[in-house]
Amino acid sequence: MAGRAKPLSPHLQIYRLPLNAILSITHRITGVILALGAVLVVAMLIAAASGSQAWGAMYAMGAHWLGQIVLFGFTLALYYHMCAGVRHLFWDAGYGYELPTARRSSQAIIVVAIVLTLATWAVAYSVSGG
Amino acid sequence: MSLRTPLATARGLGSAKEGVDHWWKQRLTAIALVPLLLWFGFSVALLGTADYYTVVGWLAHPVNAGLMILVLAAGLWHGAIGLQVVIEDYIATEWKKITVLLLVQFAAVVLALAGILAVLRIALGV
Repeated sequence: MAGRAKPLSPHLQIYRLPLNAILSITHRITGVILALGAVLVVAMLIAAASGSQAWGAMYAMGAHWLGQIVLFGFTLALYYHMCAGVRHLFWDAGYGYELPTARRSSQAIIVVAIVLTLATWAVAYSVSGG
Repeated sequence: MSLRTPLATARGLGSAKEGVDHWWKQRLTAIALVPLLLWFGFSVALLGTADYYTVVGWLAHPVNAGLMILVLAAGLWHGAIGLQVVIEDYIATEWKKITVLLLVQFAAVVLALAGILAVLRIALGV
């Protein structure tokens, strides 16, 4: 131990979070974001039920580039929360707790969430012709 | 000093025996939401820039209306349970915690009802 710096007590703002910890807090943050997204989904449904004019106003917001960015963010949050949630279900069943496994599943969550997001938007842009 | 005996102040603060139910409902809705939200995400993507009548026509189909109602019910239920945990973790003051919890639960019920009625209105053509 001689010459080796002793570990200092970690604090959230200095401590470099391990990958699993980053995924954990992101799961919670995306969960809260999706609760807000649910308000948007209900608003869209109410607009659709109210008539073409109300729908048109909501649609215009979503079609705007700023709206598109927000929708893209919701898509990513949705698929991320879904993938991380599936890992939680595996954990609940008692699988995947070994550190190398947890690290690999963390990487898989990030990749699958991004792939699903890009696939969804690729479908959206291909049906609407760009 | 209080009029109440130590036993009286401790009684009723133990397990309410509702923890497992809360845990289980969160998992139940989570499992249901995996296929439901994959359907939702790709269906909305497939609609793309579809016009009002296409969207309403799509939603009026019984299968889509039914699945959309399930998305709303399972999603808002899951969200209310999830937000409850977040609120309980971060809000320490009892009255503030209970107030926010009540607001979230009321909001979830109002959103679910409004969303489901909107879908039904389109599906039933009222």
